[in-house]
Amino acid sequence: MAEPKPRVKVPKTASKGDVVTIKTLISHEMESGQRKDKEGNVIPRKIINKFTCTFNDKEVFSCDLDPAVAANPYFEFNAKVDESGTFVFTWVDDDGSVYTSESEIEVN
Amino acid sequence: MKLTRRDALALGAGAAVFAVAGGRAGSAWAGLEDTEKAVMEFTGGATPASGRITLDAPEIAENGNTVPISVSVESPMTDDDYVASVLILAEGNPNPDVATLHFTPMSGAAEATTRMRLAKTQNVIAVAKMSDGSVFMDKKEVKVTIGGCGG
Repeated sequence: MAEPKPRVKVPKTASKGDVVTIKTLISHEMESGQRKDKEGNVIPRKIINKFTCTFNDKEVFSCDLDPAVAANPYFEFNAKVDESGTFVFTWVDDDGSVYTSESEIEVN
Repeated sequence: MKLTRRDALALGAGAAVFAVAGGRAGSAWAGLEDTEKAVMEFTGGATPASGRITLDAPEIAENGNTVPISVSVESPMTDDDYVASVLILAEGNPNPDVATLHFTPMSGAAEATTRMRLAKTQNVIAVAKMSDGSVFMDKKEVKVTIGGCGG
């Protein structure tokens, strides 16, 4: 499968103290480790097991994922913004790969 | 990979056999005991009260492979009083754990939406842990037309 591709939706601007909604999605098969291939061998588990969102290096939201999260894990959550800054999104794969995405927001 | 109907059936049967043979505690599914255990581990032995947390899930999910669920918890989300974590469990999946969401005062509102897999018709449970240690729970039954596990 192709390299997982993160997609993130963050408002470009907000007023100070606003609670903004953030939507994230990453393309990933989230292989559960429960399935078998045609020869009857178990397909090894390979999932995103951790998702983190920080704003100006402070944690906003994070999640520990188990195989019961659907393929292409999607998250919608909120963040309170008091200043302009950068959101950093991080996904950690079972194989140790780390995928990141960044979005800036202007607060006035 | 192209999957014919016959392949899909064979895979499903294979997965079921595997789950029974290698199953934990002799059961292919998580069951109530495992779910209860997971809740107790999360709460540190406290029995969750009802209220404050709302779990939103469809009454009927046609496709168990991707079921949208939302949780929202009533909380001022200030530095002294906020929702620390929300545990999501599925009673009837091979493994009850679905996800653990961690909030901070910077979350602003303790609400989140994601998509999960459901193997069959079952209860989905959400347990919220507040910053002061109190715990709240909500439960919702979701009817699943096509399961989202195995083949």
